Amino acid sequence: MVVETGTWRVKVGLAQMLKGGVIMDVVTPEQAKIAEDAGACAVMALERVPSDIRAAGGVARMADPTVITRIMETVTIPVMAKCRIGHFVEAQVLEALGVDYIDESEVLTPADENHHVWKYDFKVPFVCGCRDLGEALRRIGEGAAMIRTKGEAGTGNIVEAVRHARAVNDTCRKIQSMGEDELMAEAKSLGAPFELVMEVHKLGRLPVVNFAAGGIATPADAALMMQLGVDGVFVGSGIFKSGNPEAFARAIVQATTHYRDPNIIAEVSKGLGAAMPGLDVRSLPQGELLATRGW
Amino acid sequence: MGAKIGVLAVQGDFLEHLRFLQRMGVETREIRLPQQLEGIDGIIIPGGESTTICRLMDIYGIREPLKRRIRSGTAAWGTCAGMIVLATRLTNDRPMPMGLMNIVVTRNAFGRQVDSFETDIEVAGLGTDAFRAVFIRAPIVQSVGDGVEVLAKLDDGTPVAVKQGNMLGTSFHPELTDDTRIHELFLGMAEASSKKR
Repeated sequence: MVVETGTWRVKVGLAQMLKGGVIMDVVTPEQAKIAEDAGACAVMALERVPSDIRAAGGVARMADPTVITRIMETVTIPVMAKCRIGHFVEAQVLEALGVDYIDESEVLTPADENHHVWKYDFKVPFVCGCRDLGEALRRIGEGAAMIRTKGEAGTGNIVEAVRHARAVNDTCRKIQSMGEDELMAEAKSLGAPFELVMEVHKLGRLPVVNFAAGGIATPADAALMMQLGVDGVFVGSGIFKSGNPEAFARAIVQATTHYRDPNIIAEVSKGLGAAMPGLDVRSLPQGELLATRGW
Repeated sequence: MGAKIGVLAVQGDFLEHLRFLQRMGVETREIRLPQQLEGIDGIIIPGGESTTICRLMDIYGIREPLKRRIRSGTAAWGTCAGMIVLATRLTNDRPMPMGLMNIVVTRNAFGRQVDSFETDIEVAGLGTDAFRAVFIRAPIVQSVGDGVEVLAKLDDGTPVAVKQGNMLGTSFHPELTDDTRIHELFLGMAEASSKKR
């Protein structure tokens, strides 16, 4: 019996198992437990949630391995962790710790402004952020087995997540309806690998699972992204920066499952208390935008 | 008339199962709420996170109605997390399974994601061609009780596909391959259960 680990199918496969679910940012084992009990399908182990990273400024790095390990010991759902863009040694460390997925994330300060991690070198799968289809296909070309739209992390403002999800889907539809003779020019203008453009042409969607991230703060936000066609959602600061994390976590999970049922979304949205404080993305100076990190 | 198959769609790779069945020309339904169980001949509980699926079945009130349907003969197939959901007992303390299939299951039995793998196995009753089995953070059947037939094992003897009456469980994910044989086996079970009722 020949056993093959780290294949493309098992990497993409784990993302397929997460579909229809909510992945929550957590900074302590207690928060991880709350997330699991609320029905999260995975947690992202961090030292600080994005809104705190934003407030703290300075250089944001991979979390302390102690934090990640303690969270891994607490829950049985998959545990993800973030490395800096291009920081392949942080990624090696995360793989050595045994995390289930690595997020090469713009929320941390980039380590390399020209190159992302060559993700085929790893057995652990990667998820990467994107603002449009070209960026998504470049990351998949480097070996990302899952994509998430970037949105604007730590703002509690859904506008950028919507922009990015619409951009990806609109371009997928456009490419699907193109003639084959138009695909090379499209690959050139997107700056995307031709083979992957061909695949989008055939499938009419990304060839890997695509979640939404960056700005989801309410059950309705989560359902909005699902109706826009993503496979699931990441919620960062939206849970543990809200007035009532347990209630928000449960409500966002339910709104994600029943995203097409406004009666259920209405029901779960009642009496939640204050959502996380939000930021107007247009008031942020260019240098503080996270989504523009990476290419 | 072919069988109508429901796929539990609270979390996990339910779309992969639905698309697979639709490619085979099978009538399907997404199951998110108890009333949607009416009129189906078989139910697939997909892969996903078993803790999440069990939690959501309780929140949405599906557990008891689904249990009654399967006990009264509706065919059921659990893939990976779905098999955990069908089990009588888990060696881990979480989550609480439905207690239908006479098997004891160990979750994440091979380790973490880096230990996920694919391999060729032989499945009883599917002919001599190997089945490409994809194991993702997969569970194993620790022990089987009365009435359970083991359809496939790994080289070390670990059961990875089991059948008991109208119920089927696989540690792996046939829906992530193009091989239709296990789906056909299940459709046969669903048709038989629909004729009985």
